[in-house]
Amino acid sequence: MKNYMKLELLAVSENEGFARNAVAAFALSLNPTVSELSDIKTAVSEAVTNCIVHAYRHADGEQKIVIECIAEEGKDGGILHIAIADQGCGIDNLTQALTPFFTTLEGDERSGMGFTIMQTFMSDFSVKSEKGKGTTVRMSKRFALESARENIG
Amino acid sequence: MQIKAKWRGSEVYITLEGEIDEHSAGEARRNADKIAEKSAGATRVIFDLQKVSFMDSTGIGFLIGRYKTFRRYGIPMYITSPNLSADKILAMSGVYTLIPRV
Repeated sequence: MKNYMKLELLAVSENEGFARNAVAAFALSLNPTVSELSDIKTAVSEAVTNCIVHAYRHADGEQKIVIECIAEEGKDGGILHIAIADQGCGIDNLTQALTPFFTTLEGDERSGMGFTIMQTFMSDFSVKSEKGKGTTVRMSKRFALESARENIG
Repeated sequence: MQIKAKWRGSEVYITLEGEIDEHSAGEARRNADKIAEKSAGATRVIFDLQKVSFMDSTGIGFLIGRYKTFRRYGIPMYITSPNLSADKILAMSGVYTLIPRV
């Protein structure tokens, strides 16, 4: 079974909770554990927050974030693919941005851990950014089959 | 997110309840700093995270920010009862080296 979802929403902080909960709800069909679900919510929250805080920081008017998800179930378990895209300012220096604790907003109580958390909490992670065009973060999470999980447990 | 403070002897006990993200952090910051202003004389301040249902990296920034505020007042800060996912983020980012878990 393969499933697909596309969510387009205004880049406002009010939508952070909705975005992470919507992706978590979509992921439920893959039978994630509570801990896996929590990882997904955190990673999505980081990516969406980046769009609002960084990508559209100097933008006027209504800006949008597009979230696309694919859920796939196979013999070996499920996988959830997530793409989170903005059309904001782009990232100046990607290597720097991916460094733990690096932040361009030092005075704002930012931890600089957003990308590190996405990388750590998800099975796969990549980011593509073009100056003035926008940034797309792609992440995947693999889930073990429930039967396999019982054997481990 | 809700934030409440209570004196227990010479300690200030701060309970956070709800979700800490970019959206909720601003108000939480203002409320926590009001509590800090009224905490003069406390021997330590303890942030209870038991009722925090969600936290992303904004929570790290929030807690380190409060650590700095309380340090200015000369009050050491501690964290207690984070749930598993909050603990995962706090441990990986090294927050406990600044703000020990009790």
